Formats: sequence, structure tokens, C-alpha cells
Amino acid sequence: MREDPVSEMSEDDDRSPPSDLGGPASVTVSSNKTRNCTGVCGSGSSSIEFQAPYPDQVLENVLESVLYFLTSRRDRSAASLVCKSWYRAEALTRSELFIGNCYAVSPRRATRRFTRVRSMSIKGKPRFADFNLMPTNWGAYFTPWVAAMAKAYPWLEKVYLKRMSVSDDDLALLSESFPGFKELVLVCCEGFGTSGLAVVASKCRQLRVLDLIESEVMDDDVDWISFFPESQIYLESLTFDCVECHVNFEALEKLVIRSPSLKKLRLNRLVSIGQLYRLMIRAPQLTHLGTGSFSTLEVNAQGEQEPDYISAFSASKSLVCLSGFRDIWSDYLPAIYPVCANLTNLNFSYANINPDQLKSVICYCGNLQIFWVLDSICDEGLQAVAAKCKELRELRVFPVDPSEDAEGPVSEVGLQAISEGCRNLQSILYFCQRMTNAAVIAMSKNCPDLVVFRLCIMGRLRPDHLTGEPMDEGFGAIVRNCKKLTRLAVSGLLTDRAFGYIGKYGKLVRTLSVAFAGDSDMGLKYVLEGCPKLEKLEIRDSPFGDAALSSGLHHYYNMRFLWMSSCKLSRQGCREIARALPHLVVEVMKTDLEAEVGDYVETLYMYRSLEGPRDDTPQSVEIL
Amino acid sequence: MESKMAYENDLNLKATELRLGLPGTDECEDQALSGTVGNKKRPMPEKSEERESKDAETAPPAKAQIVGWPPVRSYRKNSLQQKKPEAEIAGMYVKVSMDGAPYLRKIDMRVYKGYPELLKALEDMFKFTVGEYSEREGYKGSEYVPTYEDKDGDWMLVGDVPWDMFMSSCKKLRIMKGSEARGLGCGA
Repeated sequence: MREDPVSEMSEDDDRSPPSDLGGPASVTVSSNKTRNCTGVCGSGSSSIEFQAPYPDQVLENVLESVLYFLTSRRDRSAASLVCKSWYRAEALTRSELFIGNCYAVSPRRATRRFTRVRSMSIKGKPRFADFNLMPTNWGAYFTPWVAAMAKAYPWLEKVYLKRMSVSDDDLALLSESFPGFKELVLVCCEGFGTSGLAVVASKCRQLRVLDLIESEVMDDDVDWISFFPESQIYLESLTFDCVECHVNFEALEKLVIRSPSLKKLRLNRLVSIGQLYRLMIRAPQLTHLGTGSFSTLEVNAQGEQEPDYISAFSASKSLVCLSGFRDIWSDYLPAIYPVCANLTNLNFSYANINPDQLKSVICYCGNLQIFWVLDSICDEGLQAVAAKCKELRELRVFPVDPSEDAEGPVSEVGLQAISEGCRNLQSILYFCQRMTNAAVIAMSKNCPDLVVFRLCIMGRLRPDHLTGEPMDEGFGAIVRNCKKLTRLAVSGLLTDRAFGYIGKYGKLVRTLSVAFAGDSDMGLKYVLEGCPKLEKLEIRDSPFGDAALSSGLHHYYNMRFLWMSSCKLSRQGCREIARALPHLVVEVMKTDLEAEVGDYVETLYMYRSLEGPRDDTPQSVEIL
Repeated sequence: MESKMAYENDLNLKATELRLGLPGTDECEDQALSGTVGNKKRPMPEKSEERESKDAETAPPAKAQIVGWPPVRSYRKNSLQQKKPEAEIAGMYVKVSMDGAPYLRKIDMRVYKGYPELLKALEDMFKFTVGEYSEREGYKGSEYVPTYEDKDGDWMLVGDVPWDMFMSSCKKLRIMKGSEARGLGCGA
């Protein structure tokens, strides 16, 4: 029987804290590795130890005690492969289960193998779903998972979901099934509304964390904030900045008052600065604050005395992370000066501020490690960041005007400046309209610790705007010089040469994003043949065809998924892959349901799975 | 080859070209030229054209709106579209400051039909009164005087120009102490 590879999934570069979580369940065949272990039937079921010598029993107990401390899921997966005894011990001691692709393994299989899980993390749709490239009802439903968990894990404490479809009923079942439930984090999820939130608030009596991040929450006209218990509550983190409906402010204020453990509070844009003030003075112990609108929402309020916002920030001596500023009125910006020196994380990515306004703040932020901002600050603003923020680890520059033909206030000048000033940079996401190879090469040399390099030149096929050359050399330098690089997103005019570089030097690359790049099949071949650690590959609008696709047959079982849309694939080519690799689910999607089913494949999404084709596909998805 | 065609389409400068060279060397030069054109990288516009025609079979036309590009999440796109930078809507939402007051206010100019309404609103908002306005003497006798900054960056007395002109040129309002406003009595 073919041995399944150890399914180790990489962490996404997302906002979740980099806690080590368990790997997805995989059936491991270890027949050639078994030692004198007791006979075990199935995974996780009770063992029939009719022949157990006493020393082995002791060994197992010791093993369990030791494995209890093993937190890294990669280490755990490795440990589970040693022999059946270790497999069993590892399964019994894994308390954090991470499912990188909800369709790679079924809830039943996962809950049967791992019986003592306290924390579940599940990821659903691939990232390109965020950009409207997938049908809306594609799948990734939480329902079967919560149903299985409700039966298997009564002591479950934490659920983290990313890009899953979650219904109000799912939330209700979750709230009823786990009396000790403590943390719910939903990132980029949809399908539920304020009624679901109300159930969670009222029934999860031990709730410490309720974080809704970039999720779509339907407005069911339910005042969910009022559903939290009247007594003192243990709430430590409440994030609802993505919720687009009003919350009952009086109820929110009372909630904050009776939550002495509250450390993280992220308000939505419908909370005015005046309301923010009232909450801040109730919770000076906050470490993470999302400020909401950061402006007065009623424009013609009759001359009320404005509160002293500066004093509120001065009193918040523990603030290290600041975000929000959804409708910022820049005159209020000076209010945050008192906390700037302590900030390690500042998110201005919704604040349309100009260079001068940015400078007035950044000059105080010497300890900043994570900085998200809009390109409205221009190259000039980035130069100021580079001059002050020597500890910067992560930078994200988003476009105010996310269109191809926009002005483009940031360029290679800003990137160069950052590379010179922020030598400890580990992660960068940079949207711009023009770039040069020289600046990218400079960054590759100045910032050797780069782990994540994502450059998005918004105009498609744009070359180096000074030399007219393709951007091959820049990205080549990145993979060559940044020895720790695991995540790369490329853009601009790129030939197969760029992919040659990636295949040759990108030996640690796990995630690669490609759009409008390459000349021929060779490009994709270089990558599939050259990058042994590649786990997630997303490609759109690039001239790669069936021949390139087949060059990856040796590697697809080691990957979480491959996405290719608007490339040069045919059904025949995809079908061949499906035939060659029975444990790969090959999904072909079409956006236009009326279109005839010709040979051309608009979108291919394929992933390894222990379960075979799923049964919840919409009409627009076909599994080959 | 492209180069040669381009040459011919041009003003046939070759015919009028002055150069030193034996007759008959022309051909070689041409061949050499087209040879190098084939080898070296083509200039940018041609390459992208070629790419675009290649893509035409498999992707929508070049400059049409592409789905999901640039890769910014709709949530973020929508959030940014909802608001405009303050500069873009100057003349509608206008900041109002008053000497001595710690914070500015913002008013929507479209709400007011004329000067009397505007002045009344300012008086209510900042708890002060203005005196009679006269063209010759401005707001004589007032403790505070309403002024505004116009598009040229000049500070003007509120009331000097017709309301519509004021609406379109007013960038900022400042309620000055009467003593400082003496020089503005004459308007633009």
C-alpha cells in the first residue's frame, strides 16, 4: 500500500498568533517500522493489549508524559511515524489539532484518531477565494465539523476557523456542546449573523475570546452585545471591527465595565471617537485597541465640550497594539502620541493620511515591529518609517486606490528606503504601480532575514520602469539572497527566467503566488521540479499548460493545494492528473454556468485528500 | 524583421541618408540589423502587445476590468471606497476652528442656504456672537469675527463674496478674535 506522506501544513502569513498547532490527521503506514508494540486496531480506538509486557506499558506512559510537552505539529507528525506505540501515544496527547484543508480529511477520521483535542483550527477555501475567483457557494462548511466535534470533544475550548462557511446553527451547536468553551476566532468567514453571535455570547459562559476578523456578519437586527451574561465575565479579547452594523453602545460600555480581564478590544467603524473615549477610560488596562471610526459621526453636533482624548491615551499605559482609524479625522491624530513609544503594532491600513500626518506620528514610534499602512503616505512617509522604526519586522503597504491605472504614490524609492532603514525586516507586502529591479535587489541584500516577500505591481506586465527590463533579476535576487524565504508573491513583467531562479534558489519556499507571469510551460516546470518544500501554489492568468502540470506529479502529494485559473489547461490534462494520483481531488470550476463544457479549464483547484471527492459541491464545480 | 518593416513604413530616411560606405554594403547591414533584433530583447511595448494577443485567447482583453486584480480583499476595497480623503470634498465638509478653543469642528456647508444660517450655526456651536456685518466695516464691534481660507490660501472675511462663490472657494473657517481681524475688513 502506498504510504501517505506526513502531512505537515505551513502556517499562513496571517494575523493569528504563531502558536504551534497539531497537523492534519493522516493515515500513516508504519508496518515496516513497528517494533514490539501491542496490537492496535484502527486509529485511536482502544487497544487490545493481551500481550503487553510490563516494561512497554511503562514506556508508553512515559512516552505520553513526554509527548504532552511536544507542541510543534511537525514534530508531532514525525513522532507519530516512529511506530504504532508512538502513533497511539501521540494521538492521545495531541490537544491542538490543525486541519490545513477541511477537505483533506473527514471530521470522522480526525476525531477518531485524536480523541483528546481541546483546540481545533480549520482552514477552508484557498486564498484566491478572497478575490472573487471562486463561486460563492463553493463549500468549506463548518457544519459537519462542529457536529463531529460536539460528539467527540465535550471538553473543547478553542475553535479557530479561516475561510469557512459558518451558519448561525453551527454557532448555536457550538455554544451548546462545549461547557468549557473559551475562544472563538473567525477569520474571513461568512454565513452567519448577529443572531449567531448572540447565542455564543449568552451560552458560552467561560468565553474569554471572541474575535471576528475580516468576516462577513449579517445584520439580523439582534443586539448581540446585550446577550453577554449580566455577572462579571472573563472576557479577555473582543474583536468586532468587521461587523458592519451598529452595536448597542450602552450595553457595550456596561460589558467593558464588568470585564476586568479585558485586554483586547477592537471596535467597528460605527463607534465614534467620543464613544471610544468612554470605553477607554473604563479599560485603561487594554493592551490591544481597535479605535473604530476615530471621528465624530454626527457632523453638526451642537458645540459639546469635546473630551480630552489625549488623557485617555495617556492613561492607557499598557497599549502595544493600535488599529482602527476607519474614518479618521486627522486632527484627532495627536491624541495617540502618548502611546506611540510603546507601540509594537500599528495598523493604519484604513487611515487615509498624508505624509506629514504620518510623520507626526511615526517620529514617536521607535519600538514599532509591525506596521500596516496605506500608500497615501507616499514614498516620503516610508522614508520617515525607515528612519525611525529600526525594529520593524513586518510592513504592509496597501493601495488607497486598488486599480491598475491609479496614480501610485509609492514606488521603488519607498522600498529602497525601507530596505536601508529596517534591516531586521522579516515580512513585507507592498502594493505599488512602479518598481525597479535595483530596489528589489537592494532589499534582498539589506534584509537577509526576509521570510515573506510579497510585491504587487498593480499594473499587469509592468517591467522595471527605469530600465524597461523584466523584473526577473529582482525576484531572482530575493530567492538567492534571502535564505530564510518561505513565502513569495511575484508580479510585474516576468519571463521564465524568473521561475528558473525560483526553482534554483527557492529551496525553502512553501507558498508561491503568481499572476500574469511567465512565457511557457518551462516556468511552471522550473518551480515544480526545483522547490521541494512547495506546499501552496496559486497561479492565475499565466501561460502554463498540461505539460507543465504533469511535471509536478512527483510532488503533488506533498502539497496542500495547487490553484490555477485562466491558464492554458485542458480537461484532458487535468483528467490525466486525476487518474495518475487517486488521492488527489481535482476540482474544475467554471464561473459562467451557461458556458458549454468545452475542453478549456477556467479554474483548477486540486488538493490531496484521504477522503476522495466531496459530496457538497455546487453546480459550478466538477470533480474529475 | 520588425525593424525592417518599421524602417519602410517610416519616411524612408534610408534613401536620403548620408553615409560613407560602398554601394552594396546595404544588404549586409540590414541582415545584421534584423539578426540582432531577433536576438536581443524586444522593446517593451511590442512585447506586451504580443503577450496581450497571446492572452486574448485565454483571458479577457488587456485593459478591461479584471476580476480579482489587484488582489485586495473586497472588504478592504469597500471600506476605502466609502470615504474620501478630506481634500477631495473640500467645500462641502469644512473645518471650523475658533481661537482659544482646544478642538476643531467640522460642518457640512451644503446644509446652509446662506450667510445668516451659517453664522447662526457657528454662534450656537462655539457660544459667541457676531455683530452686524457691513461691507465697509466688516463685523464692527464683535469680540469674534468669522473668517475663511480660500482656494488661493488667503484669509478672507466671511460675507464679502456672494454665497455661491463662498461655497466653492471656502476651504477652512476660522473664528478669529476681533482684534486680530482688523486687516480683513476690506475683503478681497
